[in-house]
Amino acid sequence: MTRVQAAWLTIALAGAGTYAIRVVLWLFADRAEQLPDRVRVALRMIPPAALAALVTPPLLRPGGALDPLSPELLAGLAAFAVAWFTKNVVATLLVGMVVVVALAQVL
Amino acid sequence: MTNPTAAPQADPAPDSPRASFRAGVASLLPIVLGVVPFGLVAGAAAVEIGIGVQGAVGFSTIVFAGASQLAAIGLLGQDAPVAIAVMTALVINLRMLMYAASLAPHVGRWPLRRRLGGAYLLTDQAYAVAILRFREGTDPHPFAYYLGAGLTMWIPWQLSTIGGALVGATIPDSIPLGFAIPLMFIALLRPALTDRPAIAAAVASGAIAVVAAPLPANLGMPLAALAGIVTGVVVAERSTTSTAHGDPASDGDSP
Repeated sequence: MTRVQAAWLTIALAGAGTYAIRVVLWLFADRAEQLPDRVRVALRMIPPAALAALVTPPLLRPGGALDPLSPELLAGLAAFAVAWFTKNVVATLLVGMVVVVALAQVL
Repeated sequence: MTNPTAAPQADPAPDSPRASFRAGVASLLPIVLGVVPFGLVAGAAAVEIGIGVQGAVGFSTIVFAGASQLAAIGLLGQDAPVAIAVMTALVINLRMLMYAASLAPHVGRWPLRRRLGGAYLLTDQAYAVAILRFREGTDPHPFAYYLGAGLTMWIPWQLSTIGGALVGATIPDSIPLGFAIPLMFIALLRPALTDRPAIAAAVASGAIAVVAAPLPANLGMPLAALAGIVTGVVVAERSTTSTAHGDPASDGDSP
């Protein structure tokens, strides 16, 4: 199998599997009216938990290894401060990018 | 989405599907700043391993999930078996099961075909804005809102993939495009930090994600999220049972 063929097989299978992951719970969502309280609380915790797990590794392990003083971490902290106080998406992205580029020149 | 009475140029009535659609577009639009670099990288990576613009577009339209695309492309570039590339992509995308579960109580009233179509548009970004809107419970047309957010994610993703596939190799290394991705997730995380249990969930999950990052196939991410969810539930139940701290957030609403 050539790499192009392998890629298309991967696309087909990963695409089908990913769609299945996305859709499977929604097929039964019309029966999800009455959920126990604890389940409702757990569902509420999904956004902060899932998003935080996407944020921290690239900041603390920018090259794969643990690095407690990287430009990425400092820029991430600056961006988080902006996000915390302004809740402004564009300002968060811009400050983070400017700080990481500036620190990369210095450090 | 069709509203025969609305004139094309006029501002839509505030409770029309069109207004909800526009609100969805508006809420996702700033996030596109973080999506475009991600798409450029995904497109460039596909061309670098020799599967062409077609391969890049195939991944972005059929899989439509950036992190898993990059991982699968990286493995294919090392001539890993297809089964490994597929399994890795699916493990990375398992987090969408959490998103679907979180949205499920809100989409239960949608007709089946809307759920079937809407599921295809489920991404980190569309989820993060939609769950905030759905919880407010004030949008009369949540599907229109979701569609607006989902398409505002989908279109730039496809265009930036094509752009990255065409010009990828010429992006200078001094511009750390990839760093826009965690920044985007920081921006999406902030509005999810609504109360103490949510913050506890984020802190626990974020810490464990760093420790668990070396696990294969990004397995650390869903494990960390799961630990964060449990932490958040424990904190929420403590604050309801002990009123000694005077915490009025009885079921986790904003204080």
